[in-house]
Amino acid sequence: MDSVLRDKKAIIIFILPVLIIYIGIIVFPMFASVYYSTLSWDGIGEKTFVGINNYIALFFNGDPFNRAIVNSFLLALSSVFVQLPIALLLALMLAKGVRFESFYRTVYFIPVMLSSVVIGHLWKRIYHPTLGLLNELLSSIGLEAWTKAWLGDMSTAMVAVFIPIIWQWIGYHMLLMYAAAKAVPNEFREAAIVDGASEFKIATKVIIPLMKPVLKVCVILAVIGSFKAFDLIYVLTRGGPVYTTEVPSTMMINTIFHSYQYGYGSAMAIFIVIECLLFTLIIQKANRNKNITY
Amino acid sequence: MVKQLEKLSGAKDISLPFNRRALTKIKKKTTHGVQQLFLLFFAFVQLFPLYWLVTFSFKSNQEIFAGNIIGLPERLRWENYSSALQNGDILLYLFNSVLVTTVTVFLTCFFGAMAAFAITRMKWRFSQTTLNVILLGAMVPLHAVLLPLFIVLNRMGILNSHISLILPYTAFALPLAIFIFAGFLETIPREYEEAACLDGCNIYQVFLVIIMPLLKPALATVGIFTFLSTWNELMFAVTFISERQFRTLTVGMMSFVGQYYTNWGAVGASLLIAVLPMIVVYIFMSKQIQASFRASGLKG
Repeated sequence: MDSVLRDKKAIIIFILPVLIIYIGIIVFPMFASVYYSTLSWDGIGEKTFVGINNYIALFFNGDPFNRAIVNSFLLALSSVFVQLPIALLLALMLAKGVRFESFYRTVYFIPVMLSSVVIGHLWKRIYHPTLGLLNELLSSIGLEAWTKAWLGDMSTAMVAVFIPIIWQWIGYHMLLMYAAAKAVPNEFREAAIVDGASEFKIATKVIIPLMKPVLKVCVILAVIGSFKAFDLIYVLTRGGPVYTTEVPSTMMINTIFHSYQYGYGSAMAIFIVIECLLFTLIIQKANRNKNITY
Repeated sequence: MVKQLEKLSGAKDISLPFNRRALTKIKKKTTHGVQQLFLLFFAFVQLFPLYWLVTFSFKSNQEIFAGNIIGLPERLRWENYSSALQNGDILLYLFNSVLVTTVTVFLTCFFGAMAAFAITRMKWRFSQTTLNVILLGAMVPLHAVLLPLFIVLNRMGILNSHISLILPYTAFALPLAIFIFAGFLETIPREYEEAACLDGCNIYQVFLVIIMPLLKPALATVGIFTFLSTWNELMFAVTFISERQFRTLTVGMMSFVGQYYTNWGAVGASLLIAVLPMIVVYIFMSKQIQASFRASGLKG
């Protein structure tokens, strides 16, 4: 048996396809990106080494990219403080056992299943200035004054883009949290009821502390997802009007494929990678040693 | 309301257990009612945009311009669907999506299971290191490799092909797949393989005949998750594919809707055709799909 499991040839055959794909498509290109980010290059002409100038430009060239960074942080904040609380509330209510529990769970999750392109185009029409659902609803309740071109107006474009993003992913976080809340043994809940704890107390003092590991995962996923956000913004506004809804991903695509600044665009890509890693570590660290078991 | 009741009962008869019980019952009922309202409200919020999509996919522009924006359509205009199917190449895009996704799922499951088997079951020095390095890959966003891959694929002349999507999709699905397979393999007792070995199976037979069938639940989890994330992927698809004949549904929709933007009925119908396969799959497999997403979230 042992010799069978030490068969070098078999090990190589089993692991090789993954290694080739992994190194060829993830590892090697990533280092290439780092290299490109130190160049001034339009993809065809001469490559000029410029050191960290591209990175300096990211932070000190002013508006478009600074705006993009701020926007991605705002998205992360609204995901953590709007999307996750709603998901948590829904998850706690469902996990407690209510009527139609599985129906609700199934319905909340539907938007996660749908492609962002479809969702984006659907919301584009919800926001349509003259024939959109939102303006029609507003005027039907007598608020004509509030109607506007939600995505075209610089003051509302960003909120209008955030809402579908938050809307789409509530169900995903709800599902993760629901599973965690369901995993809390029923005895804990019953013991708390016997002790006379209110619903609210049970949730905040018993259930939520035990959900901590999953809540941490949700926070990480929400924050990282916001930093990487691309699909819906690309479909809805492509960063416009006048950079108001630009995020690092959309800027990166524009910089590389429309203005052919390969070096500068690669610096943006690496910025996103570092940002994601950094925040994963920070969130992990901030919560270490606080996991509770009974 | 409940508070008032409490006050009233408290004032009249301080300690009648009967009243108390009645009160808590009322209290429970109202909180239940509030909860149901809250849950119902969110179900409405999650579903209403889709309901609206269905209604305008059956309307004509005239009907919408005349002011029927929210209401039900006058009649079901199936011609919107036939024009969407005829003009939009939707069936071609659908085919491309199915092809790319199926091959990706197959490669991810097969290669991923092979690697996970070698890492968790076979004995070699760097197995743990290899696993850790691969899992690190789950942290890498697509952005990091987009341009270099574009350049390489371009030089190799395989931009605008199915393979230019299949390979990157597989690469990015593998870390999570291997994580799930490795975790699942730990729960399978080694006696199975030992017995097979004693019966004279070689290592490949052990993998194909013994391990693969035992991995079925994990294969379902990985398969579903890979399927959905591949099906909906946009960034690689819009950068690597510009020719019509290789467009997947996501890219195809972008161009179709752009072209027919002002034709509400046709756009609505095509959007609905694009999501219908997913919704049908979800209706039949919602349990497994939710389980698969839960497993994918656990890696953190």
